[in-house]
Amino acid sequence: MALVDKTAFDDAGRQMSEATAGDYIELLKPRVMSLVVFTAFVGMVAAPATLNPVLAVIAIMAIAIGAGASGALNMWYDADIDAIMTRTRGRPIPSGRVRPAEALAFGLILSVLAVMTLGVLVNWLSATLLAFTIFFYAVIYTMWLKRSTPQNIVIGGAAGAIPPVIGWAAATGNVSLESVILFLIIFLWTPPHFWALALFKSGEYGRAGIPMMPNVAGSLSTRRQMLAYAVLTAVSGVLPWVLGYTTAGYGLVAAALGIGFVHYSWKVLQMPEGDEVMKPAKSLFAYSLLYLFGIFAAYLADAVAQRAFMISGA
Amino acid sequence: MENELVTLTASQKRARRSRSVAIGLALFALVIIFYVATIAKFGPGILDRAM
Repeated sequence: MALVDKTAFDDAGRQMSEATAGDYIELLKPRVMSLVVFTAFVGMVAAPATLNPVLAVIAIMAIAIGAGASGALNMWYDADIDAIMTRTRGRPIPSGRVRPAEALAFGLILSVLAVMTLGVLVNWLSATLLAFTIFFYAVIYTMWLKRSTPQNIVIGGAAGAIPPVIGWAAATGNVSLESVILFLIIFLWTPPHFWALALFKSGEYGRAGIPMMPNVAGSLSTRRQMLAYAVLTAVSGVLPWVLGYTTAGYGLVAAALGIGFVHYSWKVLQMPEGDEVMKPAKSLFAYSLLYLFGIFAAYLADAVAQRAFMISGA
Repeated sequence: MENELVTLTASQKRARRSRSVAIGLALFALVIIFYVATIAKFGPGILDRAM
């Protein structure tokens, strides 16, 4: 029994933590993590080498934890602007459930754990790439680019694009042109994906002082750039087929998905100035997620089918 | 010296239990993962050594 009843643990009146395990999981940005896991898995399976299945599962888990750790570091640094935007104000730090120092420690410890696990159990190239990704996302993107240039998500998109290369490196111990093309697809896909969101959330980004492209260059310029990136994404999507890495089956799916991506971006370009609802931008945002999932699922199916054909033909 | 103890509210107790269970499960998972990974990486021969 307490001799003196109190619910705060210091004179400043700070309350004991009410953070649940779920709040710490939320710090890892599970939705982003799922995309990282999927693309890293595709890179690993498509690679012309087979990793021990147990080590493959551990490698994927390490990559996921590394990505999650960078998300926690991002939330630690961005807590001030997260508190301003409605989309992010319910996150664990701005809502007061997790203290910033706890999120920082959580992110740093998980970063070290993920990188060391991948290095010791799989190989040091993939571990180095994972460490670079965490550094790039947490320091280069979050601390520097995000608040200083409208090209923030263009350059920062590299962090989100590396996972298939890490998966490939985990399986083979090297980085090849094929894995770099997988990187390129996600890298070029990122600007139309994020700018679609930035278009219908431009007011929020503006209030938070984030120089997103629509706030800096204007809506029309952003929409033109989105179409250009969508065309480049569609072209990069069919590159694996053109270069002979995949079958025509993948090529046709990638071409169809790419045409859809360009179509939705074209609709966004045609969106009238002053459109408050921005339905085309919301449709493009939703389609962009479908596009990335679809193209990597097709790539995975093609790689598995080719391998099955080789085994049965051997 | 008088002891000052903090009395947790119901929600603080629930949150602490949630964190404790999660830490326990995570530690257990890590033990299993590193045990299995060691055998997967070095082979079953790692268990067959002169003591």
